[in-house]
Amino acid sequence: MGIVEAILLSVITAATPLVLAAIGELVTERSGVLNLGVEGMMIMGAVSAFAITQITGSPVLGMLAGVLCGALFSQLFAFLTLTLVANQVATGLALTLLGIGVSGMMGESFLGIQGIKLQPIAIPFLADIPMLGPLLFRQDIIFYLSIALVAGVHWFLFRSRAGLKLRAVGDSHASAHALGVNVIRTRYLAVMFGGACAGLAGAQLSLVYTPQWVENMSAGRGWIALALVVFSSWRPWRVVAGGYLFGAVSISQLHAQAFGLGIPSQFLSSLPYLATIVVLILISHNRRTTLINTPASLGKPFVPDR
Amino acid sequence: MKKLLLALASTAAAIGFATGASAQEKAKICFVYVGSKTDGGWTQAHDIGRQALEKQLGDKVETQFLENVPEGPDAERAIERLARSGCGLIFTTSFGFMDATIKIAQKFPDVKFEHATGYKTAPNVATYNSRFYEGRYIQGQIAAKMSQKGVAGYIASFPIPEVVMGINSFVIGARSVNPDFKIKVVWANTWFDPGKEADAAKALVDQGVDILTQHTDTTAPMQVAAERGIKAFGQASDMIAAGPNTQLTAIVDTWGAYYVKRTQAFLDGKWETTSSWDGLKDGILTMAPYTNMPDDVKKMAEETEAKIKSGELKPFTGPLKKQDGSEWLAAGVSSDDGTLLGMNFYVEGVDDQLPK
Amino acid sequence: MRIELEKRAKVSTLFSVLSPFIAFLLTIVFGGIMFALLGKNPVAALYSFFVEPLSEVWSLHELAIKAAPLIMIGVGLSVCFRSNNWNIGAEGQFIMGAIAGSILPVVFYDWQSPLVLPLMMLMGMLGGALFAAIPAFLKAHMNTNEILTSLMLVYVAQLFLDWLVRGPWRNPGGMNFPETRTFAVDAILPEMIASGRTHWGFAFAIIAAVLVWFMMRYTLKGFEISVLGQSERAGRFAGFSSRRMIWFSMLLSGAFAGLAGISEVSGAIQQLRPVISPGYGFTAIIVAFLGRLNPLGIVAAGLVLALTYLGGEAAQLSIGVSEKVTRVFQGLLLFFVLSCDTLIHYRIKLVFERLAATSTEGSR
Repeated sequence: MGIVEAILLSVITAATPLVLAAIGELVTERSGVLNLGVEGMMIMGAVSAFAITQITGSPVLGMLAGVLCGALFSQLFAFLTLTLVANQVATGLALTLLGIGVSGMMGESFLGIQGIKLQPIAIPFLADIPMLGPLLFRQDIIFYLSIALVAGVHWFLFRSRAGLKLRAVGDSHASAHALGVNVIRTRYLAVMFGGACAGLAGAQLSLVYTPQWVENMSAGRGWIALALVVFSSWRPWRVVAGGYLFGAVSISQLHAQAFGLGIPSQFLSSLPYLATIVVLILISHNRRTTLINTPASLGKPFVPDR
Repeated sequence: MKKLLLALASTAAAIGFATGASAQEKAKICFVYVGSKTDGGWTQAHDIGRQALEKQLGDKVETQFLENVPEGPDAERAIERLARSGCGLIFTTSFGFMDATIKIAQKFPDVKFEHATGYKTAPNVATYNSRFYEGRYIQGQIAAKMSQKGVAGYIASFPIPEVVMGINSFVIGARSVNPDFKIKVVWANTWFDPGKEADAAKALVDQGVDILTQHTDTTAPMQVAAERGIKAFGQASDMIAAGPNTQLTAIVDTWGAYYVKRTQAFLDGKWETTSSWDGLKDGILTMAPYTNMPDDVKKMAEETEAKIKSGELKPFTGPLKKQDGSEWLAAGVSSDDGTLLGMNFYVEGVDDQLPK
Repeated sequence: MRIELEKRAKVSTLFSVLSPFIAFLLTIVFGGIMFALLGKNPVAALYSFFVEPLSEVWSLHELAIKAAPLIMIGVGLSVCFRSNNWNIGAEGQFIMGAIAGSILPVVFYDWQSPLVLPLMMLMGMLGGALFAAIPAFLKAHMNTNEILTSLMLVYVAQLFLDWLVRGPWRNPGGMNFPETRTFAVDAILPEMIASGRTHWGFAFAIIAAVLVWFMMRYTLKGFEISVLGQSERAGRFAGFSSRRMIWFSMLLSGAFAGLAGISEVSGAIQQLRPVISPGYGFTAIIVAFLGRLNPLGIVAAGLVLALTYLGGEAAQLSIGVSEKVTRVFQGLLLFFVLSCDTLIHYRIKLVFERLAATSTEGSR
C-alpha cells in the first residue's frame, strides 16, 4: 500500500462520521429546525451501538441500535421544540449535556471491553480495481451508507415531491401550512432523520473508527458536523466536500508532524479549522446563491392556528 | 407540603449527624480527579489506588472523591469543599491542581494535602510523582530489539517535562541497544480522544515505523497496531485486552502502595511534607508481563528492570548528547532530579522539535 | 391524546413569574424519581443540589464566582441573538480577551502601577472584540456565515493559548510547566467583600446586565436591535443598517466575553494556563436563552446554572452519585425550564383523539 493510498484511507475513516452527522442535520435544518444537539445524539448512538454489539455479538445489530437510539433521542428534542415550542438553540445544547451524561451512565459496564469491528465488505469486481478498489469498494457498510445517504438526500430534496414539501416547510412554514402541508409532522420526521444519521455516525465511531467505548468519545465531532452544514450552504454534496476537506487537513497535519517539519503542533492542529473558514469565504461571496439555499424559517418556532 | 418540609429537615439533620459521627470514628481520606474515574487511563489508575487504600485500611479510613473537576477556580472550590467536609488528607491528582492546592492549604493549615506531579510544597502540602521514565527506558530497549526498521513511533500528548522526559528515556534505552535507533513523534494535543489517537497511530505506521508507543490515555493506538500487525506498548494500565498479540509490555500506574503508605503515616501522626518521587523499586509503577517477544528479549528486559530496581542502572546516565549534538552528561554522570523534572530538550535521536 | 397550543392574546404575566417555579417542582418530582431508581435517598439528593450550596457563606461566594462569566457572556450574547446574529464563538472571544488582557502582567511583569488593572480590563475587552471582529467582518462584507466562522475560531483560540503558555509565555521559574507567571498583586482583580473569594468580575457582570437592560428598554439602539432582529426588511424601512448591527452586536458580545475572560484570569486563576474555561462560552448560550434573552433574566439563569454545578459536587459527596448523574439531572432541569416557558405565550390543551373520533362517527 502506497503512502497516498494509506493517507486517503485514514481520511475516509475520519470524514465518514462527519459526513453522516452533517447530512442528517442538513435535512433537519432544511425543514427549518436548528438542532444543536448533534454531539449528544452522536454519543448516544456510539454507546448503544457498542452495547448492543457486545450483548448480541453482532456489529450489524449494534449499528441498527445506534441508528434507533439516535432517532429516539432526537424525539425528546422534537417534542420540546415542536410541540412545546421551546427555544431550539437552548434545547439542542441541553440535549448534548443530557446525552453526555446518559451515555456515560449507560456505558459504565462496557468500559475497557474490547470491541468488535464492523467488517469491510468487498464489492465484487470493483474491489479489484487498482488504487480505487481498496479505497472505495473494500469498505464497511457505514461508509457505503454515508455516500448512499448523501445521494439519496440530494434526490429527495430536489427531485421528489416530499422533498419539495420539506423545503417549503423550511423556507416558509406559514405558506406551507396554508398549502395543507403538515408542518409539525414534517419537522418531527426531519428531526428524527437527523437523529438517526447522528446515531449512525456514533456507531461508526464505536464500531469502525475505534472499536471501543470510552466516555465522551465523540470529542466534539458533532460540533464540526454542525459547522459543515453551514459550510455546505445546505447542499448535500458540499457536505461530502467539506467533510473530506476537514478530514484531509486533519490527517495531513499528523503526517507533517511525523515527517518532522518542526512547525509547532498547535499551528498544524489549527489548520483544519482555518482551512474550512477560508474555503467557506471563497465559496460564499455570492450573496444571492447563499440566500437561496438558506432555509428562511431556520430556528423559528411554528404553531398552527386552529 | 408540610410533610415534605419535615422530611427535608430530618434528612438534613441526618446528614449532619452522619458526617459528624463518622468523622470521629474513621479518618476521611479524599481525592480530587481531573477526569472520570472510569476513563481507562490516568484517573482510573488513581481510583484503583483509592480502592486499594480502602481495602487495606478500610477499618480505619473512609474515602471520598470528586471527579471531572476542571482545573482553575473549579478545582479550588472542589478542594475547599473537601477540606470543609472533614477530610484529613486530600490527594489532588493532576498537575493543573497545583496552585489551587497551595491556596486552599494556606486556608486550612490542619488539613494535609498531597499533590501529584507538581513541584510546590508547603508545611501541609507534599508532592508525589512516579518515575514513569524508568519503564520507558525498558520499553526503548525492547523496541530496539524488536524493530526491524530501527524506527519507533511515539504518540505524545502535550509538551510538558513529564512527556519530554519519557521520550528521551525511551530513546536512550533504545540507543543503548541500537545506536542508530530513531523515533518519530506526533503530538495529538489531547490526552483523551480515541479517534485522534488512532489517526496519529495510522500516520506513524504509514510513515514506516514498526513499533508504537503512546503517552495518551486510550487503547486506540494499540488497536491500530494490532490491525496493522506491528507491536506496541501500553500506557497507564495493562492494555493487553486491546492487543493480545500486540502488546509487548505496558507501564502500569500503581498508586495504591503510595496511598497506603502515606495514609498510614497520617494515621500514626507521622505525616510530614515530602517531595517523593518513587520508581519501580517502590512499586508505584509496575511493568505488565513481557509478552509477544522472544525469550532473549524478555530476559534482557527483566534484567534491565532488576538493575533499575537495585539502583545499579539509572536511565539518564552519560555519555549523553543533546539533540543538537552538544554534550549533556559526561560518561558515568547521572542527571539530577531537578533537570529531569523541568526537562525541556531532546536527546540525540529524536526526530522532532520542541516548541521554544 | 395530543397536545395542542393556543396562543394567548397577550403575554401572561402570571406565568412569566410562575413558570420557573413549575419547572422547579417538576424537576424535583422527576429528579426525585430518578434518584430513587438509582437507590439514593431523593430528599438527601435534592437537599444537596439546591439547599446545601446556599447554606454557607463560602459556598455563596463560589456561586458568584461560577456565575460571573456565565452572566457576563450571556448578556453580551443576548444582544447578538436578539438581532439575529448567531455568535456561538464566545468561548474563543473569552480566551482571546484573557490573552490580550494578560499581555501586561505576563510580558511587562515588572511594570507595577495602579494603572495596570484598568488597562488589563480594557485590553481584555479589546482582545475579545477584535476576535469577534473576524466573524463580523466576514459576515458583513464577505457574506460568510458567522455560525461556522465563530465556532471554528474557538478551536484556533484554544490552540493559540496552548502554544503561548507552553512556548513564549511560559513561566521562566516554573520548571517548564505550561503556565505563565502568577500575576503580580497589582494585576489581580481584588475581592469584593472580605468574607470570601468573590472578585469584582461578578460586579462587572451585574453592571453589564443592568446597562444592557437599560439600553434594550429605553434607548433607540435597543429598539433598533429588536426591530432588526424581528425583520431585517422592517429595520431597513426604519433606516437601520443590518450591516452596522452585525458589527455592533458582535463587537459588543466579543468585548463582554473578553472582559469575562480577563476577569476570570485576573480574579480567579491569577495566571494563564492551557485551559482557562470549562466551556463557559457555550454554557452561556444556554444561560442567555434560559434568561429569555432578558439581561435581568440572564442574571437569574446564570445563578441557577451555577447552583446546579455546585449542587452536583455536593451530591457527589453526600450521596455518592457519579458526576454523570449530576449532568443528567442538570439536563432534566434545563428541559423543564425551557418547556415551561411555553406557558407564557401559549395555553396548553390536551386533546383526546379517540373521543373526537367517536363523536365524528356519531354524527355521520
